[in-house]
Amino acid sequence: MTKSNKTASGRRDFLKGVVAGAATLAAVPAEALPTAQPAQPIEARASMPVLPPMIESDPPADAEVLNIDRSGSDFMVDCLKSLGIEYVCAVAGSSFRALHESVINYGGNSKPEFITCCHEESSVGMSHGYAKIEGKPLCIFAHGTVGLQHASMAIYNAYCDRVPVYVVIGNNLDATKRDSGYGEWPHSVQDAAAMVRDYVKWDDTPISLQHFAESAVRAYKVAMTPPMSPVLLVADSELQENPIAEDAALHIPKLTLAAPPQGDSGSVGEAARLLVQAQNPLIVVDRYARTQRAIELLVELAETLQAPVIDQAGRMNFPTRHPLNQTSRRGAAVANADVIMGLEATDFWSALNTMHDQVHRTSRPIMKSDAKLISITTGDLYSKSNYQDFYRYTGVDLAMAADAEATLPALIEEAKRQITADRKRAFDDRGAKLATAHQKALDQARTDATYAWDASPVSTARVCAELWEQIKGEDWSLVSILRHFSWWPLRLWPFEKQYQYIGTQGGGGVGYNAPASVGAALANKKYGRLSVSIQDDGDLLFAPSVLWTAAHHRIPLLAVMHNNRAYHEEMMHVQRMANRHNRGIDRAGIGTTFEDPNFDFSKIAQGMGVYAEGPITDPNELGPALKRAIAVVKRGEPALLDVVTQPR
Amino acid sequence: MEHFHGSGRVAIATLAAILFLAAPRVGIVHAAQDAKSSEIPSGNADNGKQLFVKNGCYECHGREGQGSSMSGPRIAPDPIPFDVLLNYVRKPKGEMPPYTAKVISDKDLADIYAYLQSRKEPPTAKALPLLK
Repeated sequence: MTKSNKTASGRRDFLKGVVAGAATLAAVPAEALPTAQPAQPIEARASMPVLPPMIESDPPADAEVLNIDRSGSDFMVDCLKSLGIEYVCAVAGSSFRALHESVINYGGNSKPEFITCCHEESSVGMSHGYAKIEGKPLCIFAHGTVGLQHASMAIYNAYCDRVPVYVVIGNNLDATKRDSGYGEWPHSVQDAAAMVRDYVKWDDTPISLQHFAESAVRAYKVAMTPPMSPVLLVADSELQENPIAEDAALHIPKLTLAAPPQGDSGSVGEAARLLVQAQNPLIVVDRYARTQRAIELLVELAETLQAPVIDQAGRMNFPTRHPLNQTSRRGAAVANADVIMGLEATDFWSALNTMHDQVHRTSRPIMKSDAKLISITTGDLYSKSNYQDFYRYTGVDLAMAADAEATLPALIEEAKRQITADRKRAFDDRGAKLATAHQKALDQARTDATYAWDASPVSTARVCAELWEQIKGEDWSLVSILRHFSWWPLRLWPFEKQYQYIGTQGGGGVGYNAPASVGAALANKKYGRLSVSIQDDGDLLFAPSVLWTAAHHRIPLLAVMHNNRAYHEEMMHVQRMANRHNRGIDRAGIGTTFEDPNFDFSKIAQGMGVYAEGPITDPNELGPALKRAIAVVKRGEPALLDVVTQPR
Repeated sequence: MEHFHGSGRVAIATLAAILFLAAPRVGIVHAAQDAKSSEIPSGNADNGKQLFVKNGCYECHGREGQGSSMSGPRIAPDPIPFDVLLNYVRKPKGEMPPYTAKVISDKDLADIYAYLQSRKEPPTAKALPLLK
């Protein structure tokens, strides 16, 4: 499209009447809300009539139009602005070229700012990590066919993690307008969203701009209503590129996020009764906390009951150094409990049972047979069939189809009301024992960390301790998954704030950590936090180009490689099969290891403009290298240290 | 905690597995440490180090036998009695895959045992400033 010579002010005049959707958001936590946009006046006027793309006819040959002032994509950008969307992550694509241009020119490339990605999985992964910190989505643009195909695995991962992701894809619906020279035939699709409909919460294909506006706001609201999930809009290329009608009376509806559902008073009262009367209550928590307030509420509930908390780490839920945090002794805690309450416990069954991975898989409960189970989860409000991320069914005694964070204030109040002096004394005794057990577990973690302290490859515990020494005085945020790292940070570091840990991922196996850490660091940037990632080697190799995105956009992030030179988890799986078949494991490295040659991650990063050092094999070199890398990050740039590590 | 997934795409074992891995196996190890050891065979620690890697012991237990909360308990230094280790390797009760005599001989296990015995005790946590 040829750019108009008209001025920017003229461009903006046409929509000065548009009502931006700055929401009235009573009863919704402020930190969960989008940035409010100033309302704009309503008076949409443009020079040409616009018709839905499916019914628009070709212009006469003698009426060729070379310039237009205002395109539908400008209005679409206004919609995104009204939602407070800060960034658009995208690999450039012709099916959304008008949207692209409108973001960077009409929208001034600010809120949203265009973030250049080199793989759609990176775009979505960045959005996933961003939402974990910011509590709201950024936007992704992608081709409706190949772009969405690339993006689909990361969308599924975000869906499994119940994270809001906002996807807008381009498409060319009108077959008579497709240009073969641009590859528009293979890049067009009848039902673009079909491919991901199993794992987005809602999608739509608007056929008019007003339709787009209403669906854009609806999509945002749906994505942000717990259980949060990805949503998708199809932006037809003609709808983007056609001019806006002179007399189009467009407006953007008001956004009001839905208040998350609370458990009913009867169920809350019964849950409080069970917990107060229990000899050994236990709280199991997974994808629970959306806000810092949620952490504070859980602390208050646990202290009120002097009940242990087992954190399954789907989010940053509970302070790691709190005496009631008993995560390190979860087996004993579950076995000892007579009332167990799951808060957004995605896989409650596996918190209570074990599965034995032998030729004939068997399972057994680890909880008492007469233990009472309570669940509070929005998982009961929404499920699909095809993909099996809902986990094994758990028969509970009391189920609240409600948001746990929203329900806790009432539960705390009711528990306090029911506590007698006798129960209080029992709680205090229990709390003292739990505090002793917590300290013992912490001491044990420190002792465990000493083993292989001077080893090369570097032990994961040593990496964790060296890293903490360098960041403990900073406002830090750990923006990575930790399971492959033996959870060392959660065992050794004092986590207190919601943004200090972004939790686990969803489906897994798609290279989530690298883009999510960059996206989370992007969200942390404006707060001046030091973002730190422990980066698995196999994960980075899916789409390492996100390092270039971090360098290009000056996203400060310290990535410390957990380079064990293998798909180590898979190596153990192959080993298990080889042993089961009694063949030995000499060949288990085939297809699972990254040796001969080794990846040189520092060179890979340097090649993308990222400061990098390594490979580091001597643990004594790690501290000074971390100092140098952090200095780079504090200047506002990414840095990577390639550390060759023990397997786990 | 999070469910098992790989750096690649083999997925899913659960917290249950983690619990089973961490607790019962450590329990077996500790119980065995209290048992009276039978005769310890002589072994070649250098060869044992190579066998420890070749047979994949390091994958779950670390190259120094230091263990991991996620994959396998610490087995060095000061390993459990050899006969207990031998029995467990042949017929593990927990998540550890079995190693039959066809896959790894008693002699090789003796060499591995010698390697585990050769590992030195680390400094205490209190002696390491980074762990205080």
